[in-house]
Amino acid sequence: MQHDEVIWQVIRHKHCSYMAKIETGIFCRNQYNVTGICNRSSCPLANSRYATIRDHDGVFYLYMKTIERAHMPKNLWERVKLPVNYEMALEMIDKHLLYWPKLLQHKVKQRLTKMTQMRIRMRKLALKTREVIIPRPRRQIKRELRREDKAKIAAQLDKAIENELMERLKTGIYPTDIYNISDRAFNKILNKEIELNQEVEEEEEEEGVVEYVEGDDELEAEEEEDMEDFSGLPSKESYLEGDDHDSDDEENDDAEEQVVIHKRRAFKKSDDNGKAKKKSRVVVEVEQEDGDTRRSLKSLKL
Amino acid sequence: MGFKRKKGDGDGEEMESEGRGKSSFNGTEKRSVILPSMIKNKDKRSKVYAKQKHEKKVEKQKKIRARDAAEKRALELGEEPPQKMIPKTIENTREADETVCRPDDEELFADIDADEFNPVLRREITPKILITTCRFNSTRGPAFISELLSVIPNSHYQKRGTYDLKKIVEYATKKDFTSLIVVHTNRREPDALLIIGLPTGPTAHFKLSNLVLRKDIKNHGNPTSHQPELVLNNFTTRLGNRVGRFFQSLFPPDPNFRGRRVVTFHNQRDFIFFRHHRYIFETKESKQSDKGKGGVQETIKPRLQECGPRFTLKLVTLQHGTFDTKGGEFEWVHKPEMDTSRRRFFL
Repeated sequence: MQHDEVIWQVIRHKHCSYMAKIETGIFCRNQYNVTGICNRSSCPLANSRYATIRDHDGVFYLYMKTIERAHMPKNLWERVKLPVNYEMALEMIDKHLLYWPKLLQHKVKQRLTKMTQMRIRMRKLALKTREVIIPRPRRQIKRELRREDKAKIAAQLDKAIENELMERLKTGIYPTDIYNISDRAFNKILNKEIELNQEVEEEEEEEGVVEYVEGDDELEAEEEEDMEDFSGLPSKESYLEGDDHDSDDEENDDAEEQVVIHKRRAFKKSDDNGKAKKKSRVVVEVEQEDGDTRRSLKSLKL
Repeated sequence: MGFKRKKGDGDGEEMESEGRGKSSFNGTEKRSVILPSMIKNKDKRSKVYAKQKHEKKVEKQKKIRARDAAEKRALELGEEPPQKMIPKTIENTREADETVCRPDDEELFADIDADEFNPVLRREITPKILITTCRFNSTRGPAFISELLSVIPNSHYQKRGTYDLKKIVEYATKKDFTSLIVVHTNRREPDALLIIGLPTGPTAHFKLSNLVLRKDIKNHGNPTSHQPELVLNNFTTRLGNRVGRFFQSLFPPDPNFRGRRVVTFHNQRDFIFFRHHRYIFETKESKQSDKGKGGVQETIKPRLQECGPRFTLKLVTLQHGTFDTKGGEFEWVHKPEMDTSRRRFFL
């Protein structure tokens, strides 16, 4: 009944539902196959004497075929549980397949090695943590982007932050030496300094000019009286006035008469020395034929 | 009308005149019948539509003028001006949440005293942050991390390698880190932030979006190494409070105000906006018309300059304990059915 050659011929050349022909070769999908390759020696259907190893949830069993029970497919295979230890399993195989063909013994042992390796690898992988890729619906992403944009507009971030900072400033947690500096006060001081510097510069300019001083006693006396009148701090207006006079007179330079009037008001320091007093006098210089009239005018003015 | 007809070119013109006639004589009922969309001639349609639009605009202006006039009159008579309408916003009409924190909630304060961030915030421990990445990290990831390092004081970067996150958590706990930040990149773009409090603290998973790096911000400033101060805005509910405290625990509790750096986490509609600014207080003079000549008033105003990255976070999960996706206990998980109302917020 069981005729291996006939079965093989049919299987190989007619049809076998376990056969898988792919580019790399012809393989077998039968679970009892020792090598997984479709050929005469490793076909579990066409061999009366056959042994293999199968894995049941990590436990290996040695399966052996007893062809005398071929009429009872339920009992066709005899199985032996193999120990977890690889070497002991090899011994067990040796014991059970003692008088079996050498080729089959060898193939079974090879399969045991491969399957042990596979088991180790599987357990290692199972322990490893893996990243899981979770799909996110496109619609959700788009919706969230939209809502985020709107939330950003509603948040008015800069304003919110500024308000928060202002509140903190009001509670006074900030150290006062770097905050709350009024730049106006600072700027005022700066401006004053700049003005002072300008004044000094102007004075220096005038120092270089050669001056002709009149030795008129009366005038001097008058001016000293003037000085006494002033005595206080110089007023800005008077200073400006003097400036105006200067500029006016300079405009007159174009005319035939050359009149240079130096008005100096260095009244700042009351304890100036004599030189300073001399400087502070009003000097009228006239280079003209009818200089007397001019002089009289000047004196009238004063 | 007669003039128009003379000049007119037939159908369209007649239609317009018809429409005008109706609007003037028969009132609104018939005008509503002819909608601009029902007119087939495009030229005509657009004309009619433009006219309608103009009418609407004029009407609106009239309304506004009337309102303003009423207000002015009320002011002149010394009466109370009519109340200004408050526009409805999503924030106004937010669905009521029973977990919104109240200042008199003692239970909340008890919880706050007992939570994981307390030792950090009470200055018993100085925060020390470890930043790492996911397995594959490139392009914008490292740039983002270098900016994070400049924002968060006392933070250190370690390469991820092939280590398990649980192993890294162990390592970081041993080295006395107080938090672990994992920047997750997808398609060369940072898209998630995992913040783990150590040693027992919670694990928060945020979705990260709209990341703008410093160099892409116009007129950006460069931050100093001073310890920044923190602004946490709008974290109202219990969950929000917890998340806010979590962010707070990342930064040292004693900011250096001289640095004038401010880091902001602003929550709006469950989106947490991160910003990093330098600021300065400026006095501005504003003239007051009431006092006349001398009415110059000084107002102090902060001026901001943005520096550092800008991004948005959205909470996905909050987990009790350190990172453990399988056996972990989740305090809060965002589920799609939570998105059914646009007026329901959790933070």
